[in-house]
Amino acid sequence: MRTLEYLRPATPADAVRAVAEHPGARYLGGGTNLVDHLKLGIAAPELLVDVSRLPLDEVETYDDGSGAGLRVGANVRNSDLAAHPLVRSELPLVARALLAGASGQIRNQATTGGNLLQRTRCVYFQDPTTPCNKREPGSGCSAIEGYGRYNAILGASPDCVATHPSDLAVALVALDTTVVVLGADGERRVPLEELHRLPADDPSRDTRLAPEDLVTAVEIPLAGATKLSTYRKVRDRASYAFALVSVAAALHLTEGIVTDVRIAWGGVAHVPWRARRAEAALIGHALTEQAIREAVGDELRHAETSEQNAYKPPMLRRTTAHTLLQLAAQSREESR
Amino acid sequence: MSVEQQTTPVRVRSIGTHLDRVDGVAKVTGRAPYAVEHGEADGVVDPLHLWLVQSTVAKGVVVDVDTESARDHPGVIAVLDHASAPRLAESDDGELAILQEPTVHFRGQIVALVLAETSEAAREGAALVNVSYDVEPHEAELREDNASYRPDSVNPDMETDTEEGDVDAAIAAADIVVEQTYRTAYEHNNPLEPHATVAWWDEEDGREILSMFDSSQGVHGVAQTLAPMLGLEVDQVRVRAPYVGGGFGSKGEAHAHVMATALAARTVRGRPVKLAVTRQQMFALTGYRTATISHVRLGAGADGRLAAIEHRVQEQSSALKEYAEQTASPTRMMYAAPHRRTSHRLALLDVAVPSWMRAPGEMPGMFAHEVAMDELAVECGLDPIELRIRNEPELDPETKKPFNNRRLLDCFRRGAERFGWSSRPAHARATQDGDWWVGTGVASATYPAMRMPGNAARVRSLGAGRYAVAIGSVDIGTGARTVLTQIAADALGVEPGAIDLAIADTRLPPASVAGGSSGTSSWGSAVVAAAQRFRADHGEHPDPGVETTASAADDPQADELAFHSFGSVFAEARVHRWTGEIRVPRLLGVYSVGRVINPTTARSQFIGGLVMGLSAGLFEESYRDARFGHMVTQDLASYHVASHADVLDIDAEWLEESDEVFTPMGSRGIGEIGIVGTAAAVANATYHATGMRVRSIPITPDRFLES
Ligand SMILES: Cc1cc2nc3c(=O)[nH]c(=O)nc-3n(C[C@H](O)[C@H](O)[C@H](O)COP(=O)(O)OP(=O)(O)OC[C@H]3O[C@@H](n4cnc5c(N)ncnc54)[C@H](O)[C@@H]3O)c2cc1C
Repeated sequence: MRTLEYLRPATPADAVRAVAEHPGARYLGGGTNLVDHLKLGIAAPELLVDVSRLPLDEVETYDDGSGAGLRVGANVRNSDLAAHPLVRSELPLVARALLAGASGQIRNQATTGGNLLQRTRCVYFQDPTTPCNKREPGSGCSAIEGYGRYNAILGASPDCVATHPSDLAVALVALDTTVVVLGADGERRVPLEELHRLPADDPSRDTRLAPEDLVTAVEIPLAGATKLSTYRKVRDRASYAFALVSVAAALHLTEGIVTDVRIAWGGVAHVPWRARRAEAALIGHALTEQAIREAVGDELRHAETSEQNAYKPPMLRRTTAHTLLQLAAQSREESR
Repeated sequence: MSVEQQTTPVRVRSIGTHLDRVDGVAKVTGRAPYAVEHGEADGVVDPLHLWLVQSTVAKGVVVDVDTESARDHPGVIAVLDHASAPRLAESDDGELAILQEPTVHFRGQIVALVLAETSEAAREGAALVNVSYDVEPHEAELREDNASYRPDSVNPDMETDTEEGDVDAAIAAADIVVEQTYRTAYEHNNPLEPHATVAWWDEEDGREILSMFDSSQGVHGVAQTLAPMLGLEVDQVRVRAPYVGGGFGSKGEAHAHVMATALAARTVRGRPVKLAVTRQQMFALTGYRTATISHVRLGAGADGRLAAIEHRVQEQSSALKEYAEQTASPTRMMYAAPHRRTSHRLALLDVAVPSWMRAPGEMPGMFAHEVAMDELAVECGLDPIELRIRNEPELDPETKKPFNNRRLLDCFRRGAERFGWSSRPAHARATQDGDWWVGTGVASATYPAMRMPGNAARVRSLGAGRYAVAIGSVDIGTGARTVLTQIAADALGVEPGAIDLAIADTRLPPASVAGGSSGTSSWGSAVVAAAQRFRADHGEHPDPGVETTASAADDPQADELAFHSFGSVFAEARVHRWTGEIRVPRLLGVYSVGRVINPTTARSQFIGGLVMGLSAGLFEESYRDARFGHMVTQDLASYHVASHADVLDIDAEWLEESDEVFTPMGSRGIGEIGIVGTAAAVANATYHATGMRVRSIPITPDRFLES
């Protein structure tokens, strides 16, 4: 039997200290991802620091001077967050993204922090009998010429084509969410868009966080565009499957002209992908299918596909167009 | 001791009624023990735990097994490899003859075993075993250009090829020709309960006895397979399987893990050994359905009447042990045509051993044939049901015998009425509902009716009007325990509550496997034979303790007829015009299967089959990475089966009928027909919705992106 230590710290600061002092330590949230990894033999921590009982489970509004927002504690369960009245009324895309993920049982267990930091579902990452640079740096990437249906099309490298699997992260990155991190040197705020990193030549690192960095909360601005928003996930079966592609979108139209738009994609990259170029191309224009297709094409100009994921650019184009046009129709409905 | 008894039709009372599952309460309260759960009460005292070490190369030779650090691990008792494992008396079956030689035949093959005091220690011990190999190049990819080996026969013992008339000339002369290639994916059975075995060796009257609990579809088959390999008489192996959480064919025969447990237990005589196979290991060790490539040619007159049917199949087997799926077999008997040809060719690959999966042959074969028929209907401008009416044969096209009870067209008529078929637009891509293209499709279903030899049952009087009825058959979750109780009650003329049924033990009278949709027919006929003989011998008021063991004699008429069940499947499909997502809001199957013994359990078989067919049509695919040689989708997150949200309005019904030529109960089999034709009906509905023809399953959203 492989034994490991288990620690339940009393405060966030104790948790950070415990991990900082112990190189083989990992935080444990709901455990729905990490415990699988222990069983598969792809993670072998010597110490589990269980942060799931720290009092980081509030959902509250804040106003930091630059505007109002919603602060969500790292331990808020996915199911609780999706059901929260403010999330449902002000941030519908967050609720939809959560409910499009995993299963009821897993969402009851999964935490906000753990969800953002879950690791790729690439089948080779999960199979220790095959090479994988993310699991075993330098061993090679099996996915590039292997099972490629879920492979990244943007920002991949010759060392890794894995995608980030979280739906919640895609919704939150569209909303300019900030991540509150407690590290060895105290608290800091990191834009979610900068939390995850592209694989480049070191796919073993998913994020820019240090091992002892503890996510304590996320702060989601409640800006104008967010109310008219949605999350559209395309997958092989109707439920309980990871995205082939997904689109988080928020839209504000003024007299038919796009004055604010947010687009983020899931299933396309090692990070939740904020389509800033596509957004910029749409601002100031009327929202037509043609305009959306061109904007998406612009964002995808460096997309690289292989036979098995060649479907992703057209699927993204169509799904993004469908999602934005639906929001526009909803906007017209509401202003009538 | 067992006599053969000519049966007469049973007077039905309980048969045909909704008797609740007799083991339902035990199951839902968790008191029904599954294989790995057996404990002291069943003689499983102080067990050791086994873990499998699997090859990480697809072909080669094991040159060294370093067991030192594994053996040093606390709790580990022993490590067995090809040098140290007990020798087998027979080793012709390459799948089961594990650890007899250093050769590696496929990735995932068992190359060592670790025995330990706990499951955790065994698992960690297995991780610490270091195996080195001389690696040889392997071939693990099925292609059209490497599937050319002609097997001597196809599963179970059918002709490999058939030919009648002149297909090429008939195709050349046909008004309309459909010539297409259809593909089905690798599929894994994935029963809910993973395979598991408990085994121990001891002595009884001076003879070695191997006792097992095994999650199996047929305990006698396991004993008959293992005994000679272990140098034992069959009665030295006792196998029990009181509760089994599904099998879908993957538990129909013993696989390598069963032998692994028996061998490991032999080295620790007296102590039971438990093995629970993991979900990931099931993708390499417990069988699967081969991918298939079907080259179909149909030649017809302008009126749709078929002149020629050709179905050439390419598929794969393992080079280690041959298994040839009988994919073209339903094509041989389905529709009339004077000119016909079928064939099967295999690629023999360095891969895991395929085996039975629900409706082997019929499922992939009818996908190909029934999509081709839909294409022919479109080419002829005919309604697809009308096309089938025009090609209904008088006699079985294969054997030229009359069909016992072919009611395919009745199934279509009833289904059409229920489904509202008459309002269907003739053309594809004619209906849009919001963002969804909407269409409907049909397909035929068929499955042979089989009764297996080698079954017997025992009836014993318990006094006070109660009877003990025994047969070694297994209830794999289908409801066999319940329907056998009903059959026994009616055959004896008593209430179901007066029957004490014992099953799933090789010490009971022999029973054939729960497979081929033959279980209830085979076992039920034996139960009827024993009951009728018992009454003949002991009368209506038997003394307590008197008993009769009997088997059913074949009906002399049976040789003159072709026995098959039939069905029609209707599907509605919606395809999202932007994203390509597919939904099947309605699915209906109508079946002709003889008399239904218990509508509750039968419905669950049909619906389960329909769901599995839907799942094969839209989701299921095991992806083998040919570079490595193993399936890399090896859990239920990456191997998709239909979720609840995918199963919408789904229903099954059956024609009221009774087939007393086939069995004294009037029933045929029902376990597999639900999966047959279903994927084709769904595929045909997606065509009707979108006008886009997809010829391979699973049909995924990316197939419907036009730009
Ligand atoms: C079958 C299946 C299907 C799924 N489908 C989907 C899906 O469709 N969409 C989707 O988005 N997700 C899906 N998931 C993933 C699921 O959402 C994640 O497993 C879950 O959100 C992880 O949360 P957790 O709290 O259980 O994380 P854990 O497993 O506890 O932790 C995950 C990682 O985060 C780290 N961590 C946890 N908390 C903190 C913290 N506060 N600070 C720093 N590090 C931390 C851990 O060390 C670990 O590395 C699925 C999972 C399964 C098993």
